[in-house]
Amino acid sequence: MGTDILDVMETPVLDWFALSPLLVLLGAALVMLVVGALTPPWPRHLATAVTCAAGIAVGVLGVLLWRQVDREGASLLVNDAVQLDKLTVWSMLIAAVGLVMVSLTSDGFGERENLAQPETHALYLLAALGAIAMAGANSLIVLFLALETMSLALYVLVASHRRRTASQESGLKYFVLGGFSSAVFLYGVALVYGGTGSTEITRMLVALDRQVDLDPMNETMMLAGVALIIVGLAFKVGAVPFHSWVADVYQGAPTPVTSFMASVAKAAAFVAMLRVLLIGLGHWADDYRPVIAALAVLTLVVGSVMAVVQTDVKRMLAFSSVSHAGFMLVGVEAAAHLPGTLESDGTSSVLLYVLVYSVLVLGTFAVVTAVSGHGDASTSLDAFRGLGRSRPVIALAMTVLLLAQAGVPLTSGFVAKFGVISAAAGEKSWLLAVLAMVSAVIAAYLYLRIMISMWVADPVAGDDARPPVQVSRPIAAVVAMSVAFTLFVGVLPGPLVGITP
Amino acid sequence: MLAASTTPVDFPALSLLILLPVLGAAVVALIPRRQGDIAKVVGLLTSVATGAIALWVLFAFESGVEGFQYVSQHPWIDDWGISWHLGVDGISLLLVALTGVLFPLVIAGVDPHHDHQRYLAWMLLLEAGVMGSFVSLDLFLFFVFFEIVLVPMYFLIGGWGYDQRVYAATKFFLFTMAGSAFMLVGIVATAVLAKADDGAVTFDLVKIAENADFATSTGRWLFAAFAIAFAVKVPLFPLHTWLPDAHTQAPTGGSVILAGVLLKLGTYGLLRFGVYLFPEAAVWARPVFLTLATIGIIWGAIAATMQRDLKRVVAYSSVAHLGFIVLGTFALTSAAVTGGLIQNINHGVSTGALFLLVGMIYERRHTREISELKGLQKVAPVFAGFFTIVMLSSIGVPGLNGFVGEFMVLIGSFGSARWWVTIAATGVIIAALYLLWAYQRVFHTEPDAANSSFPELRWREGMLLAPFVVLIVFCGVYPKPMIDRVQPAVDSLLAHVEERSGWSQPTPDEPVVPAEEPGEQEGED
Repeated sequence: MGTDILDVMETPVLDWFALSPLLVLLGAALVMLVVGALTPPWPRHLATAVTCAAGIAVGVLGVLLWRQVDREGASLLVNDAVQLDKLTVWSMLIAAVGLVMVSLTSDGFGERENLAQPETHALYLLAALGAIAMAGANSLIVLFLALETMSLALYVLVASHRRRTASQESGLKYFVLGGFSSAVFLYGVALVYGGTGSTEITRMLVALDRQVDLDPMNETMMLAGVALIIVGLAFKVGAVPFHSWVADVYQGAPTPVTSFMASVAKAAAFVAMLRVLLIGLGHWADDYRPVIAALAVLTLVVGSVMAVVQTDVKRMLAFSSVSHAGFMLVGVEAAAHLPGTLESDGTSSVLLYVLVYSVLVLGTFAVVTAVSGHGDASTSLDAFRGLGRSRPVIALAMTVLLLAQAGVPLTSGFVAKFGVISAAAGEKSWLLAVLAMVSAVIAAYLYLRIMISMWVADPVAGDDARPPVQVSRPIAAVVAMSVAFTLFVGVLPGPLVGITP
Repeated sequence: MLAASTTPVDFPALSLLILLPVLGAAVVALIPRRQGDIAKVVGLLTSVATGAIALWVLFAFESGVEGFQYVSQHPWIDDWGISWHLGVDGISLLLVALTGVLFPLVIAGVDPHHDHQRYLAWMLLLEAGVMGSFVSLDLFLFFVFFEIVLVPMYFLIGGWGYDQRVYAATKFFLFTMAGSAFMLVGIVATAVLAKADDGAVTFDLVKIAENADFATSTGRWLFAAFAIAFAVKVPLFPLHTWLPDAHTQAPTGGSVILAGVLLKLGTYGLLRFGVYLFPEAAVWARPVFLTLATIGIIWGAIAATMQRDLKRVVAYSSVAHLGFIVLGTFALTSAAVTGGLIQNINHGVSTGALFLLVGMIYERRHTREISELKGLQKVAPVFAGFFTIVMLSSIGVPGLNGFVGEFMVLIGSFGSARWWVTIAATGVIIAALYLLWAYQRVFHTEPDAANSSFPELRWREGMLLAPFVVLIVFCGVYPKPMIDRVQPAVDSLLAHVEERSGWSQPTPDEPVVPAEEPGEQEGED
């Protein structure tokens, strides 16, 4: 009986090499979970070393795959469920960078907070796995599974600071809201499947080409499906009005986890959004483009304004992250003028932005991790007061990163913003471009506030009694990498702009 | 300015003007704190070397020739059509020289009191940014420098300023950045809309200005985007409110640089990027700019009269003086634009010197309140003498530099902007009022107890002020070399404007072009 089924069932041909980054991550995660559970406490830095190695391996494989895509063009894998193109590889590289940096950050963090090491790192690996699969998914089902893989790992990571109630609370909050949004997304997938008869992103267009005139029922269902999918993805990227979780979760989560969410998770969600909207649902571009534009405007303005009025640095950076998502949405809007292709200025501006922002935010939160001190709690603006006097080098690095986030020239942040503005201008979305820049000015005030606190705020009695800020070596390395990348791309953007897909 | 004439020089003078201070700043920042004195020497030498190159550029510049000289062009971001394109012509030449001269003087002559090394590093970065803004011939490159200038200035005000420094620095940063936000969109839009037929985007100023043909309304929108940024920078009424705060709260060195060269980025930008890129729109917007400039002249003068803080008097006088420059720029006649450019330099010299003098008063008395100062002339006659010369130059007394620029602006504008000039000219009189009145209260009568021990000008301070006084007198007596270098560039710019906008300068024979009467401005194309 069993043999009969095997005879009938067609198993997909697997391109093991193309899937190797995912397998590396999965393997490393499993090893760490299983071995970590069975062995006595690991020596210091071992878990970090394994995660770093996995991250570097993914990076190297990513570069090789990049060359392969360059030579042979994009290809579909696993029965057309996964797309291997430059976007996928780009996300791989972001995930690799994110893994290396975040594992280094959480190395010192885990020791300081006395938190279990291998488990945390295993979860990072799984989240990165989900992120890459999400960015590469060519099937809405795979996309959903990847999204859930990433999200479930993140829910646990957010709540992983066992002695901090804020962490637990934000984990629960994220879980409830995240689960709700996943359900919304899944409902959207169901409706779209009903309308197009396919869950494969590249096949939806073909399905539609055959039946150009959808009957009105179908059309309504499709539009509802598109709307629900956008809501689901907008939640993941933290776009207004689906941003309410961002501030609480970013603030409550252990700081390294926050940096991972703001970088790798956000990047993956944006790549998935580009793929689904432009390729799968490109037919409805004229319908959803205004929605994206409205989301972008709201996200920009609300993000920047809310960021300015916060007094907690993590909350500030959370809202600033919302505002940055608005910038990326401006790029998505520009890309949506040319649906059906992923080779527009809009797409590359979004990809450039997510990479640049990921590196920036990983460095910024690494500094916050160092400053937050024992218990990961002192993240108020006051905690940064006098950092310029006590730790001038780290304060200078933070200043560079903040200026980059503000979009000051000669930093990578400016290059990214310029790319998005160019893309928007290229599609004549003047209003969006102007609003984006104006909200960048509003947001600049928030970065200035942190800089003022570090450099020029007068010391207050009791400042000396605070425990000194300890910057562990791994964190210093993360910050150094981030700053080096920021300045290099800022001064010589040519190479990076040239290779952005 | 039609065809960029290239002087074949192998020596990359303009690139060095930018890179040398950057290098100096890096070295200064890296020298260990123990060896602070070495850092000071390095900083000073860097700025002197930069100044020497700037002066060499000034003297080796071929006067009487239009077009850009010392051009250097290298690709930077090929994918976006951006290049490292530098050049200098009559419009930017004097500003480059002024920048080159002011920085070493300020670095040598003004003591920041604490954190010398950081202060020096920021100063040198600031110099690089300002130099870069003046010599960039690529829109993107210009924006990079224009915007990067904010960062060192922000830290100079915030780190070394007076009581309200955080407020002033933040206001300065946000005001200017808000203006730049529009300009960035404007720059991108300009490049995208000026896209050549083959689809290649370029940010090259000269190429866009000479080839692009914007639709009338497009050009006006783009002009507006640029103009907002420059109007904030100048600053033009009613966007000037950041200026008194920033000037007053900045450390003396910062104030000198802020007034001396940073404000000029605005007037320079209006001419180079506003008028040159969008001639039609500039002519169309003339009434607005002339009006705002005139209001600025009167408003700044009246506000200066009413200040109780000596430094604020000088700060508001800047608003008035810059109003004259904008008036000259938008009068769009050869004499007025040239006068405006020369006034840029004169204002930089005399207001810079005034800020130095006010700084010296503060060093001695720890107050700038006019009511606290009294009878200084009795106890410090040489100091008072220097102050008098500088003040008279700022008022615009004939024989000193201030007169030349103001007079050229007024006489040049009379033909094309008669009514505005008539009102603006009263600003000259109010200028005499507020400065002389302030002088009278601070220097005349008998000194009271607190002021009777006011120290006389020191040797080092005298050495610092001497170059300013020399410039004030020289430019006042013999401005011809300056005019010779500026005028050809101005004439070619105006020819460019006339060719593209239907604007024509009134000739002396028919002083007023009927269409330019204010009453008939509305509806003009």
